[in-house]
Amino acid sequence: MNGVRIIAVFSLRESIRRRVFLVVGLLTLGFLALYGLGTWQLFKSVDEFEPAIEGVEARTVAGATILGLAMFATLFLGTILAVFLTLGAVRGDAERGLLQPVLVRPLRRRTVLGGRFVAAASVCGAYVIGVFLAATVITWAFSDWWPDRTVQPAVQLAVAVAVISALSLAGSVALASTANGIAVFMLFGAGLTAGLLGQIGEALGSRTLDRVSDVVSWMLPFEALYQAALSALTADTFGFTRLAINLGPFGGAESASPALWPWTVAYLALVGVVAAWAFARRDL
Amino acid sequence: MASALQAVDVRKSYGPIQALKGVSLEVGEGELVGLLGPNGAGKSTLVKIACGLVRPTGGAASIAGAPAGSPAAHRALGYLAELFRFPEWLSADELLGMHQQLAGSDGGSRERMRLLELVGLAEASAMRVGAMSKGMQQRLGIAQAMVGGPRLLLLDEPTSALDPAGRRTVRRLLEELRGQGVAVLLNSHLLSEVELVCDRVAIIARGEVVAAGTPDQLSHAGGVEVETSSGTRLFADARREDAPQIVRDLVAAGDDVYEVRVLRSSLEDAYLEAVGDS
Repeated sequence: MNGVRIIAVFSLRESIRRRVFLVVGLLTLGFLALYGLGTWQLFKSVDEFEPAIEGVEARTVAGATILGLAMFATLFLGTILAVFLTLGAVRGDAERGLLQPVLVRPLRRRTVLGGRFVAAASVCGAYVIGVFLAATVITWAFSDWWPDRTVQPAVQLAVAVAVISALSLAGSVALASTANGIAVFMLFGAGLTAGLLGQIGEALGSRTLDRVSDVVSWMLPFEALYQAALSALTADTFGFTRLAINLGPFGGAESASPALWPWTVAYLALVGVVAAWAFARRDL
Repeated sequence: MASALQAVDVRKSYGPIQALKGVSLEVGEGELVGLLGPNGAGKSTLVKIACGLVRPTGGAASIAGAPAGSPAAHRALGYLAELFRFPEWLSADELLGMHQQLAGSDGGSRERMRLLELVGLAEASAMRVGAMSKGMQQRLGIAQAMVGGPRLLLLDEPTSALDPAGRRTVRRLLEELRGQGVAVLLNSHLLSEVELVCDRVAIIARGEVVAAGTPDQLSHAGGVEVETSSGTRLFADARREDAPQIVRDLVAAGDDVYEVRVLRSSLEDAYLEAVGDS
């Protein structure tokens, strides 16, 4: 555990000294400023807007939709951070000669992987939680609307980027940095596309699309976690308002299955075991 | 006490290519062994197997009695890779501090300062790695390898980026380490350097040890050359002990003798003879 801590602290120090957090922080402030501007404009329009259907709470529909958009952007930004913190952690660092002096110290290779994972997952998790909560507060400030759940979706987003960090770290054992980055972004895109297909499938009543979406969500649980987080925003919203939200681009998300958390833990463990096994056999 | 390094019948294949074909090598406590060989001979592969960075296809290597690659083996060794890089954002002192943590060394700032002084970087302890010349980084690499007081140092081309003064510093350092009982396996292309400091030399070619012994054993006698009034005469099979009798015979035969040279082949000759056209 001490080795994991040393590697994790070292990785965090590297991010600070390389000004990763400064750059990410400044760009995130820019994103939140734009989001605030958009939200302000949206709710100005909502105030002038009479719901077409009696019983639809326009502020809830607008709030859930714009916060859903923010949630998507937050996951995307968190994914970028996770990928760039981990894409060259093994093969990339070994090719540059950075890894060998560390690996000849008395610590297991899996400890090095564990330390890198803890650092990336902590940073990215804290980042998405912070950005999501900031977006929630901005939404509330301009609309007076607050999502039905706050902590649950924030945690689900954080675990989603932890899953992406684990995949990227595992990919770095076998793939060169560029190839690994491309592979992880393709997996990310595949997951989100499957989620959208699932929503379309539900609207059309297509069981095939639903099944495709379900299978992909189990294979890439960050997608299921994201869907669950989206769903939690309006967990207690029913009636016509619920129907209106479901018709929007971020509606129709599936709530979390009871098996999602245990499966995510098992999935992370499985990815970790496979990565450690491959790393232990890798010639450097 | 177990040898600092023991490699027994170590083999390594990369697909159809056999990088090592059964290399056996031993480095005793406090012994300084040079590893010579042409590019691609398998020297770095052998060193990496000893470090646990590369898994052998067959055979076994151990460090201070522990299997190569195990934490116990890593505790006993220090390693400087041929191609290495340290994080550019760390200072020399911070880098050594990090390796102290990883090695479990409790030497603190005294150990760091002592190591930096040993490699002539005491004034650069606060300098960032990114601002250092290649030679300074190489010296820092040697200091890094010595963190925690290892029993065995594996140095892969440790002087390749150093100027003559830097090489001399490293030579003195190696001799000092030998005096302290630290074993060193020195992988180098610089034959003169190996000849000067190493107790024993192993020459590897085409994945095999083709010659081994002390530098004196490898650089064998090459005859006696005598300059006489009738010209230069070479006695190819003669040794140093034969020189007085040769001179007596020549003088008795009526020749005037002006100079006698006992010839020895250099380590370079022995090396070239051993590796052939590798």
